[in-house]
Amino acid sequence: MPKKTFKQAITEAHFLEMRRDPRVIVMGEDVAGGQGASGEADAWGGSEGATKGLYTEFGPSRVLDTPLTESAFIGAAVGAATQGLRPVADLMFFDFIGVCFDQLYNQAAKFRYMFGGKAVTPVVVRAMIGAGFRAAAQHSQCLYPIVTHIPGLKVVIPSNPYDAKGLLIQAIRDDDPVIFLEHKLLYGVTGEVPDDSYTVPFGEANVLREGKDVTIVALGLMVQVAMDAAKELDTLGIKATVIDPRTTSPLDLETIVESVEETGHLVIVDESSPRCNIATDIAAQVADQAFHALRGPIKMVTPPHTPVPFSPVLEDLYIPRAEHVVTAVQATVPAKKKGN
Amino acid sequence: MNASIQSINMPKWGMSMSEGKLVKWLVSEGDAIKPGQEIMEVETDKITNVVEAQDAGILRRRVAAEDETLPVGALLAVLADASVADSEIDQYVDANRVVAVDADGETSLISKIQVDGRTVNIMDSGGESDKAFLLIHGFGGDLNNWLFNFEELAKHERTIAIDLPGHGQSSKDVGDGAAVNLIAAVDGVIDALGLKAVHFVGHSMGGMVAALAVIGRPAVAGSLTLLAPAGFTTPVNEAYLASFIAADDRKEMKRVLSDLFAEPSVVTRDMVNDVLQYKRIDGVNAALGLLASNALKAPEAGGLAAQLSGLGCPVRIFWGAEDKVIPPPQSDAVYAAFDISVIDGKGHMLHMEAASDLNAAILQQLATD
Repeated sequence: MPKKTFKQAITEAHFLEMRRDPRVIVMGEDVAGGQGASGEADAWGGSEGATKGLYTEFGPSRVLDTPLTESAFIGAAVGAATQGLRPVADLMFFDFIGVCFDQLYNQAAKFRYMFGGKAVTPVVVRAMIGAGFRAAAQHSQCLYPIVTHIPGLKVVIPSNPYDAKGLLIQAIRDDDPVIFLEHKLLYGVTGEVPDDSYTVPFGEANVLREGKDVTIVALGLMVQVAMDAAKELDTLGIKATVIDPRTTSPLDLETIVESVEETGHLVIVDESSPRCNIATDIAAQVADQAFHALRGPIKMVTPPHTPVPFSPVLEDLYIPRAEHVVTAVQATVPAKKKGN
Repeated sequence: MNASIQSINMPKWGMSMSEGKLVKWLVSEGDAIKPGQEIMEVETDKITNVVEAQDAGILRRRVAAEDETLPVGALLAVLADASVADSEIDQYVDANRVVAVDADGETSLISKIQVDGRTVNIMDSGGESDKAFLLIHGFGGDLNNWLFNFEELAKHERTIAIDLPGHGQSSKDVGDGAAVNLIAAVDGVIDALGLKAVHFVGHSMGGMVAALAVIGRPAVAGSLTLLAPAGFTTPVNEAYLASFIAADDRKEMKRVLSDLFAEPSVVTRDMVNDVLQYKRIDGVNAALGLLASNALKAPEAGGLAAQLSGLGCPVRIFWGAEDKVIPPPQSDAVYAAFDISVIDGKGHMLHMEAASDLNAAILQQLATD
């Protein structure tokens, strides 16, 4: 199977869906900008080039540059979706959600419900999340808990190239507003991605490995951190299950609970700020539904409750690492003899 | 190096296998080993299976430890006569312990052939020979189903496994879903590679395709080996086909796949994920629906059995006694007319469940040239 980067998987999903469905359009800052600029035959395809090439194939009527006004173009995308188009809007940094939030949480999220199911809003808002990009406090946050909180929004956080392509195709085909969040440090990650179109359904967690001692749930970039920790734990005789929910809304709680019922221990790794985040949400729901299966405290691995530091030294310290996960697991799983 | 020293190495079971974990030794140092004897259990991401001895000898050294994960080709055990000195065994182990890992070696075996506007994906062990094994998978499968067979057969003869239209990495277009669409792809591969003596091996729907391909052009057929072939006398279990197409989550898919094996516990999470990933490719479920209602519709009176009698090339047929998808034929007349072996305790996925017996039987077909 061909190997592609996370970014190539995102680009390919756009191409395939735009060829398949003429209602799919792309809009955002600099998605069409740059054509004819020095050294640029093609448009830039957004700030990270994830939609590069679309302008050449689909032209200005389907690849639309927008002003530097998120409130306007996210609102326009939502409106276009209600009128029959299927826009994919590139918000660039998800930290910009603040200036266009009403359009999403109080408009797009409510239409299907308030119009008695007669209105659909098939809009996708793509944006980058995460620290480690040296982009400072206003461009490095993992704000997905804010949108996960809103009924009527679907929230997707792919962790690898295969999922990125299938989840984005699913997002574009979905009739509800979807927030699609790409961790900046994943764009260069490579994995097997089929050339064909395919979907990955929402609300189906990916079980990356199975072990009987502890369940580790992780999202986005943290999935690889959890996998690194699981390898380290192997050497300590602790066998970990690693679960990537892939979407926080809908959330596949069933897979997590079933695993906790087998392992009796749960550790959640979440790069978002520690208060009211996905880790606290999953911890609360598992405690509610499977308390009697737990044989130790639920542990959460998160950054500290501070803005993301601009100092590279501090930023690196801010992001959860595998050693933090190992420590958290050891704090809930009793010490084992190797081979148990 | 002493010629009487034989190694047992980490096998390569399928495209994606780069390493395996030794789960359990089944023999001890000092045991006299016979060819075909089960030596150890090895687990990969996808499957657990036993490694069998190819040669006879005393098991002189267990090189790998239980729970150890080692790359494909790694030295696991050493067989030799009692006459070989321990120091020679030590030297052999030291010289052969480290293997060069060729991470992308297998990808070069994969190629794509254009047949009537369709892309047909094949795995070809290579060589210029116009004589080859041609392996054809069943409904919903792909060329990776031959993971326990391909490498072994390829040691003896050029071996080609194909992804039928609608499957694997081939085009998902199956036309109206009639068998001719699949046979055309097989014929296209034979022509494109210039094969003159084809030893067909087909499983389930692929068995039917192989049989019809041989009937259509007997001149290229060296032999025909059928594993639980569809349409032979009995139809495919319709409930199985319907639930395979309908399954869209892990639990349901796992239940469906467990019908393929006599021992359902062999169905792993990765096997389930692989099939779900395949079914979630655009056009796959539609293609499977067309194949189920056309290519796999109930056979005419007599089925393939009636058409295969009197064929010029040797035909061998294998069935698992516990096959729930296409049960073995019931009619004595069929058993009288054909060389059919029914294998006890095995299900529909014979080539996985009874791999070494079948590999040996398939290799015997070469001797019939």
